Amino acid sequence: MSDEAMMTGKHFMNGDEACAEGALAAGCRFFAGYPITPQSEIAERMSKRMPEVGGRFIQMEDELSSIAAVLGGSWGGSRSMTATSGPGFSLMMENIGLGMMTETPCVIANIQRGSPSTGLPTAVGQGDMMQAQWGSHGDYGVIAYAPTSPQEMFDFTVKAFNKAEQYMMPVFVMADEKIGHMRERVEIDENKVEIYPRRKPEVDPDEFKPYEPDEDLVPHMASAGEGYRVHVTGLTHNQQGYPQLDVETQQEKVGRLVDKVEKNKDDIVEIETIGIEDAEVLIVSYGMAFRTAMGAYKRAREKGIKAGIVRLVTVWPFPDDRIKEFSKQVKGIVVPEINLGQMVREVERATAGNAEVKLVPHPGGGLHEPDQILESLEALL
Amino acid sequence: MTTELKQKEEVKPELTSAEHPATKYLREERLPHIWCSGCGLGSAVTSLTNAYEKLEIPIDDIGVVSGIGCSGRAAGYFETDSYHTTHGRAIPFATGLKLSNPEMNVTVFSGDGDLFAIGGNHFIHAARRNLDMTVICVNNYNFGMTGGQFGPTTPRGATATTSPYGNYENPFNLPDLAASAGAVYVARWTSVHARRIQQAMEDALSKKGFSFVEILSPCPTGYGRKNDLGEGIDELKSYQNRAVIKHESDPSEAEIERDPEAEIVVGNFVDIDRPTYCEVADDYLQSQ
Repeated sequence: MSDEAMMTGKHFMNGDEACAEGALAAGCRFFAGYPITPQSEIAERMSKRMPEVGGRFIQMEDELSSIAAVLGGSWGGSRSMTATSGPGFSLMMENIGLGMMTETPCVIANIQRGSPSTGLPTAVGQGDMMQAQWGSHGDYGVIAYAPTSPQEMFDFTVKAFNKAEQYMMPVFVMADEKIGHMRERVEIDENKVEIYPRRKPEVDPDEFKPYEPDEDLVPHMASAGEGYRVHVTGLTHNQQGYPQLDVETQQEKVGRLVDKVEKNKDDIVEIETIGIEDAEVLIVSYGMAFRTAMGAYKRAREKGIKAGIVRLVTVWPFPDDRIKEFSKQVKGIVVPEINLGQMVREVERATAGNAEVKLVPHPGGGLHEPDQILESLEALL
Repeated sequence: MTTELKQKEEVKPELTSAEHPATKYLREERLPHIWCSGCGLGSAVTSLTNAYEKLEIPIDDIGVVSGIGCSGRAAGYFETDSYHTTHGRAIPFATGLKLSNPEMNVTVFSGDGDLFAIGGNHFIHAARRNLDMTVICVNNYNFGMTGGQFGPTTPRGATATTSPYGNYENPFNLPDLAASAGAVYVARWTSVHARRIQQAMEDALSKKGFSFVEILSPCPTGYGRKNDLGEGIDELKSYQNRAVIKHESDPSEAEIERDPEAEIVVGNFVDIDRPTYCEVADDYLQSQ
C-alpha cells in the first residue's frame, strides 16, 4: 500500500478506509479493536497499515479490552484509537468513563448501524447519538464529530485526534454504515493536516501535578517512562492524581470535566450553514441524514420555499447558542434523523419555544426520502 | 492493649524512614495504606519492591497496573508510573501500555475477583498471546472490598456474604488455569513464604513473556471471619501447616479445599520459554 503515514494524493476509498488513513495522518500509532460490522474495514486497514508506519495493531478479545488497551496505549505515549459499532460502543462505555475521568486522549470511531441490540448489523442507523453524550455513568463533557462523506471521515478523524490531545479526553467520530461504506474521492494533502502536539509537562517531575489545569482548564500529560511517576486513577482524585473522596474534590474534578468542554465551546463547536440568510424554515441535520436533507433543501428552493440548513459538524457539545439565534428568525425547524428522535430533543431545548420543531424520524435500515423532509418543511409554513 | 499500640506508634517512623529499602518505590505521602490488619497485601507489596530492588530495574521503567478491589489499590502506593484502572481491565490496559511503550517493565498487581471473575477473559487471552508482562494475583478467596462476597476462587463449601449456605460453585485452580492458557512462568506461594514470593517475583519479572504469581493471602475481615479462621496470624499459621512445596508438579493437582487441615500445593509449576507476542509479531511482519 504505502510506507508513508500520509498518503498524499487523490484516492478512491470508502469512509472506513478514509477514517483509518485520517488516523495515521494524525499520528495514530496504536490501534486496538474487535471485529464488528460495519467498521471492519477500519480494523482491516489498520492491520495492514500500522506495521508499515511502525505502529502497533492488536485485535483484542472484546470491546471492553479494546478501549482499555487504547487508554493504556495513550498513557504509553502513542496516539491511540479504536473503532466499533453500536453493540461494541455499549461495551466500551465502561472505559470511556475511565478515559474521561483520567483525561486520556484517544479517538473512538462509531460506525453506527440499525439498533438497539444486534439490530441491523449491515444497515445504516443514527441511534447512538445520545449514548455518545450520556452513555457512561456520571457527568463529563463530550466532543463528537458527524462526518457526511469519506473525505470528511479523513478530515474529521484528524480533527478528532487533535481535539483529543488539546482537551485531553476521548473524542468520538460518530459516523454510520452508509458513510463508512460509501466510496468517493478522498484527497489527502499533507500541507493541510495540522497536528496538535501532546501537552507535555512544562515543569520538573518534583513540581508536576498531572491534573493541575492550565487557564483553558486542561492539564498536561506525562507518558509512561518519562520519569514523572504519575498516578492515574478512575477514583475521584486531586490535582496530584491521588484518590481524594470528598465533595470538594468531586466538584473541582468533575466540574472541570464538564467545563473544559462547555467553556471552550467557541473553539470546539463547528457548524455549517446553507441558505440561512433569508431562511423562513430550517433543517437541522448531521451525518448521513444531512445528505438527504440537501436534496430536500434543493427541491424546496426550486419551489420557492425559503429553506436553510444548519448542519452539525460537531454534534457534541451541542451548539445551543447558534440554534437559539437561528430559531428566532424562522417559523419552524425540521430535524431529520435516522432514529426515532434523539438530537431533536437538543434542538427543542435550544430553541426554547422560539420556533416549532418537527422531527422527521427514520427507524434505521435505510434513508429518508427527500420529499418526506420537504413535506415537513412545507407543513411548517 | 495500650502498650501494644504505643509500641506500634514508636516503630512507625522507622518503617517509613528513608532507610527502609521499600521507600524509594512507594509514595510515602499515601501511607499508611488502607488494608486491614492481618491482610497479606502489605507483605506482597514489600516482596515486589524487594524484587524490583534486587533486579535493579530503573524505577522510571516500571509500570504498575491494578484493577479494582483491595488489591486494586496497590498501584496507588507505588511511586512508579502507576495506573488504577477499572474492574477487570488491568490486563488489557497493561497490554496497550506495553505495546505502545515496549521499554516499560509492566506489572499487573490485582486480586482474584478482579483478574478471574470480571477480568477472566482478558487473563486467558493475554496468556495465550504471551504478552511480556508479570501478573501478580493476591488471592484472598473473596471480594473483600465490597464486603466479603464469594468469588471465582472461593473454595466449595466456604461461607461468604452471598453464599450464606456455603459456596456451591466450583472454584478456579489458578496455576492450572494460567498454565493451560499459555503462561510461561507460573508459581504459587502463600503470605508466609515471604522470601519465596520475592524469588518468584524476581523470576517472573525477569522472564520474557506472560508470567503469573499467585499469592494466597489471609483475609481476616472478609473470608477468615466467616469461616472461623481466626486472626490474620492464625491464617498464616494455617498456611504454614498446610503448604506443601511441589516444584514442577502438575498444576491440575493444586486444587484448594476449604478443609483447614487439607494440603495446599505451592511451588513453581511452570518455567518454559516461548516467543512473546511482540517477538512473534515482528518476525511475521519482517518475513513478509
